Amino acid sequence: MNLEKVFFAFFIVLALTLNFGFFLGGMDNPDHHNVYELFAALVVSLIATIMKFGDRAHIGAVLLATSLVADLQLIAAVIVWTITVHATDVGMTTMVLSSIVSLSGGALLANITSVIILVTETVMFRR
Amino acid sequence: MQNIIYLLLRRMRLPLITIILVYAVSILGLVLVPGLDDQGNVWRMSFFHAFYFVSFMGSTIGFGEIPYPFTDAQRIWTTVAMYMTVLSWLYAIGSLFALLQDPAFRRVVSYSAFSRVVRSIREPFYLVCGIGDAGHLVLRELAEHGIRSVAIDRDADKIQALRLEDFPFHVPGLVADVTDSSVLIAAGLRSKHCAGVVALTDIDHVNLLIAITSKLLAPGLKVICHSESDDSAANMASFGTDHILNPFDTFARLFAMMFQSPSMHLVYAWMTSIHEAPLCDFAAPPRGAWILCGYGRFGKAVQKSLSFKGIRTVLVESDIVKTGAPEGTIHGRGTEAFTLNEAGVEQAVGIIAGTDDDANNLSIIMTARDLNKDLFTVARQNLRRNDAIFAAANINVTMQPGTIIGQGVIDILITPLLADFLRMARQQNEAWANVLVSRVVGVLTDRPPESWIVSISRRNTPAIIEILKRGGTATLENLTTDPRETTAQLPCVPLYIKHANNRESLLPEADTPLQSGDQLLFCGRKDAEKHMRWTAHNFNAINYICSGDDRPSGFLWRWLAERRGTSGSMPGPDPGA
Repeated sequence: MNLEKVFFAFFIVLALTLNFGFFLGGMDNPDHHNVYELFAALVVSLIATIMKFGDRAHIGAVLLATSLVADLQLIAAVIVWTITVHATDVGMTTMVLSSIVSLSGGALLANITSVIILVTETVMFRR
Repeated sequence: MQNIIYLLLRRMRLPLITIILVYAVSILGLVLVPGLDDQGNVWRMSFFHAFYFVSFMGSTIGFGEIPYPFTDAQRIWTTVAMYMTVLSWLYAIGSLFALLQDPAFRRVVSYSAFSRVVRSIREPFYLVCGIGDAGHLVLRELAEHGIRSVAIDRDADKIQALRLEDFPFHVPGLVADVTDSSVLIAAGLRSKHCAGVVALTDIDHVNLLIAITSKLLAPGLKVICHSESDDSAANMASFGTDHILNPFDTFARLFAMMFQSPSMHLVYAWMTSIHEAPLCDFAAPPRGAWILCGYGRFGKAVQKSLSFKGIRTVLVESDIVKTGAPEGTIHGRGTEAFTLNEAGVEQAVGIIAGTDDDANNLSIIMTARDLNKDLFTVARQNLRRNDAIFAAANINVTMQPGTIIGQGVIDILITPLLADFLRMARQQNEAWANVLVSRVVGVLTDRPPESWIVSISRRNTPAIIEILKRGGTATLENLTTDPRETTAQLPCVPLYIKHANNRESLLPEADTPLQSGDQLLFCGRKDAEKHMRWTAHNFNAINYICSGDDRPSGFLWRWLAERRGTSGSMPGPDPGA
């Protein structure tokens, strides 16, 4: 067992599960979308990205790309949240919330791709 | 470039993860710990405020406790967070600097910068491997003739010294092992602009490897190799190395020529030395018994050459078995008086100090001169940095392997016509050389002659091409006429002409007609070259020399002259031509 591989898989799967947890719920119901969960999803996603740095294999490059997409989507969601709540008078309306949730939904897709690639690679190695 | 980024990212993985984790924990703590607002109500920081606070705290900017003064609980957490964030930053920046200073990383950076510079060269360049005395000379002369070059050496000090040189333009250098073929490829071996490879390392086997790599990876490329043994020279020649230079053979041949035909040697010295060969005759070495100290590669070459000329040499060698010295060799280094006495220094006419140690060579010369002050002295100087002491020792002939090799390479690369001239000149006799020397000395004042090449082409001699295109003829005499005074000739001697159809002749006659594609080698005063190039570029000047007409050059005057029909025999060039 390789400890590095454990950490690697751990962070990739955790990024997906946290992302899924935030995304799950009604599109316009603020009670279903916890800010702590979004925060955790972003932090774990960033760590997962850095863990993929410097892998020169083709599969490593694809993993890095999907991870960067997830980061971008989550950062966009966070920025929308911050600006609407703190910098404008709009507040947390259903429209804002649904755009935040749909952005995190995009990140979810990217994270699912990451996990699929990870599983495929693991299955192909057979050792 | 790709390599550097990957290396950087991989090595920075742990520090970056540490920073993100520390930030996440600090932000989360600040969000969870309750505070009080200005009204005394319980207030919790939002993620946005917490991120803002941690950002300026972690970077030690420190705007204070905003938006409301902190409670003690918040201060406790901030204290912990402060140390964590500052330490994580120090760790990350420290790792980054350690990485940038890492010799392996720097090597990758300089390698990739070097190959980028080489790829950006858009003109013909030469790849020079090994920057010894010879390599240095070659790089300098190439740069001064406006030819680009790229240098590789295993020694970092030599590449460093190259960067501090004031070459007319940048010569990219790389510290690398030239026996690695990927290094040669990075240095542009396969580039379509690479004009040739020059292998000048000290080790014959390395030169051999460079030559064979070049011939395999870039078959059409010109390869010039330095070789000090017949064995490796034969090996190099077997797979088509274009030029193989052996400093010892070259010197031995020239030295033997000094005995047989001093004038021929003088012609050689004028044509092949880069700067300032002696103008007048030198003291020709006397015939008689010679002492040769050191029977290594140099000694063997000289002894063989001298024996061809019928000159007897007494050998002195300290390691008779290893060098395979013939019977009758005196055992000893030659630095001691008794060895030299045994070799018969009192009756000898000359001594050759040819060991591979400069101090020993000087010692041999000094000791021998004490015993017989009329000796003709010849010394081998292995290192260029000993120039000053060899000059002070007042030796008749000094042999510098680096300079001989360097000059050989320069002659091949910069003045290829010279090699053709010397090849033909070698077949002439001493009387011919005497006539040539007296003709050249006749046009000189007090400085040694310069040699230069004129190629009849649109680029180099547009005016002559224009004359030819208009159906006129230009002869060699027209080119050597002084453009300021057409009854006088420029102080130069045409040595050799190579016609476009590869026909060649020595000392061409003055009435030889010039054709496009001809190449001429001249020798004479430096200012003659300047005037000759002016004639070759200026249509009016050459037209006046050819026909004696002073043609108006302005458009209006030309038009008027044509109307009056008093113009020269040739119509003027088109204004756009």
